[in-house]
Amino acid sequence: MDFLVFQVPMLTVQALLDGLLLGILFALIAYGMALQWGVMNIINIAQGDLVILGGYIAYFMYLYGIHPGWGVIVSPIIMYFVGIGIYKLVINKVVDRDLFISILATFGISILFMQLMNFAFGADVVLANSGYGTTMLFENSVTLPNSKIFSAIVSIVFAIGLVVYMKRSKLGRAIRATAQNARAAKILGVDTEKVYAATFGINAALCGVAGALISITFTIHPYMGLPYTIRSFMIVIVAGLGNLPGVALSGMGLGIFEEFADYILGTEFRIGSVFLLLVLILVYRRFKLSRKREYLK
Amino acid sequence: MKIKKILITFFSAIAILFSTSVISLAKVVGDKIILGAAISLTGKYSSNGVHTQNGYNMAVDRINSMGGVKVGGKTYKFDIIYYDDESNPKRAAQLAERLISQDGVEFMLGPYSSGLTKAIAPVTEKYGVPMVEANGASRSLFTKGYKYLFAVLAPANLYLDVAIETAVQLNGGKGVRIAQAFEQDAFSQDVRLGILDAAERTGSEIVIDDKLPKELNDMAATLAKVKAVKPDVLVVSGHTKGALTAIRQIAEMKVDVPMLAMTHCDAAKLSKQHGKNSQYALCASQWHKTLTYKDDFFKDGMTYAADFEKEFGYDPPYQSAESSAALLVFKDAFERANSFDQKKVRDALAATNMQTFYGNIKFASGGQNVDKPMVLFQVMCDDAGKCENKVVAPLKWASAELIHPIPKWSER
Repeated sequence: MDFLVFQVPMLTVQALLDGLLLGILFALIAYGMALQWGVMNIINIAQGDLVILGGYIAYFMYLYGIHPGWGVIVSPIIMYFVGIGIYKLVINKVVDRDLFISILATFGISILFMQLMNFAFGADVVLANSGYGTTMLFENSVTLPNSKIFSAIVSIVFAIGLVVYMKRSKLGRAIRATAQNARAAKILGVDTEKVYAATFGINAALCGVAGALISITFTIHPYMGLPYTIRSFMIVIVAGLGNLPGVALSGMGLGIFEEFADYILGTEFRIGSVFLLLVLILVYRRFKLSRKREYLK
Repeated sequence: MKIKKILITFFSAIAILFSTSVISLAKVVGDKIILGAAISLTGKYSSNGVHTQNGYNMAVDRINSMGGVKVGGKTYKFDIIYYDDESNPKRAAQLAERLISQDGVEFMLGPYSSGLTKAIAPVTEKYGVPMVEANGASRSLFTKGYKYLFAVLAPANLYLDVAIETAVQLNGGKGVRIAQAFEQDAFSQDVRLGILDAAERTGSEIVIDDKLPKELNDMAATLAKVKAVKPDVLVVSGHTKGALTAIRQIAEMKVDVPMLAMTHCDAAKLSKQHGKNSQYALCASQWHKTLTYKDDFFKDGMTYAADFEKEFGYDPPYQSAESSAALLVFKDAFERANSFDQKKVRDALAATNMQTFYGNIKFASGGQNVDKPMVLFQVMCDDAGKCENKVVAPLKWASAELIHPIPKWSER
């Protein structure tokens, strides 16, 4: 146990802000996962690999002299079509089956993507430099990389954009209808096949945005996808399905929790403490539900 | 029906292929000494796996073209059977088994990384196959009492020892305050043990001791602690990922620390990815081309680097140099043993005492090379942003003077 974080007040501020910015970025990935989970009842294990692929798009732009910041526009466009492609090839065959089949299928896609990326881009760790500089607060005792602030702002813009799109557009309404009751939506003339494809595409596009942001804030590597999958899975579990504002909150909450766990328990318990929290939340929710004689799905 | 036929043909073809390959190979065929190696040509170690293979190939060609290996009055040439271990320890162990029991290989070269070497060593030990390895530095490899394992490189716990020594020296012989962050893998934890030893020896104090997760990509918390605690030295080891992440975030968070020492900067090509931000970082390295060791085959480091660049199109990382050195060691041992008897070759290997372009080589009883110190180089950049690695410690080999303390970010 180490309480340095409380002895130096500026560290508390630093941890809070770092956690917040990190959480917002994770929430964006979780957002996509929640969307397609809710609509298609598919848990996408390849989520993190889509993120990394999106990151490579930004990285290659950077390599060819284009500012990687533009990756947040280019990457989702490319990834949207990648998503549609994956849907047409694999997902549409498992979308009506039970959850287990879809987990297996997306797990397969995940392995395939990892190997293909390793084959195509090599096993080196890479990153794109944005050159955004640093914001200093409180007489330089708190530093915030502008790339992280940029990431958070872009994530928020995309998340809000998606919510508005879901509410206002025809496709958005169709997606929501399908999520509520696919059969009824079909009877009422919604082309659910198209809705599913679009949903998976939108999810991949969100992963593309997140990937581009990760390439300019952290590092990317073909085998680094799984942690993002797990993180977004946890955020969705904590928030509960179909609860998009909850996803944002739980993303930020987990980000901050993780930072503080790092300071107080030590870096080695950072990930472990998040898992512990997940277990506690599940137990608590199950307990609450059992009092209402409901059950946890 | 058609599919069934195709399948039958396919499988019988594979079966025939296997049955022929088993008979045709043995340890020494005609004038060829056949060595076996499982190397990561795909998977997460593939870039360093390729560096290793290039190093091996370069030395094989060089030794063969310069007269080969003379045993019992006859001249032999080296040849290597490679298999791809997919960066997977289990696969590596299987392949070692296959090289030995099916392909009849009696002498092995090591794979890339400590983890894979650890997987293979029990197999070579079981069959009494001498293995000279060049890319497994983990201390635990040398404490198991292996008799047939020889490593041309310095063990992991010595990687950053020099850095602490240097820091203490610069501090007038007094102990320093050390902040350290290490990934949780066998290699980095060995490096950590080395630092703990060095700290105890020099009376230094460890003020931050973070263990980074394997999927590490964010060190912000560690670095914030460093800012608050203000240590004299920051030590980071987490493979290429760790080095790249540390440099990026130190620059972004404007962390001022008098000395920054890391591993895996050579392969990370820090300066290529980060330009001037990587300036002043100290990197532990097994080898650097400016070192003045010499041998008859590659002459010296600079010549090796030039030849390597001509053949493979890039500046050789130390992984390639040490791999080339492994073959020089084998050649020397075969000639001294004057035999292909595995026991005799093993004893000859154990008695190795030679200089190669890569460094002096002399094995301790555990199999590690004790005659070659690690070097530290510092990334130094000119005004145009072109960066170079300059050896700064140990002083005997230094080609530039260490810049210490690192200038503050506000003054850069």
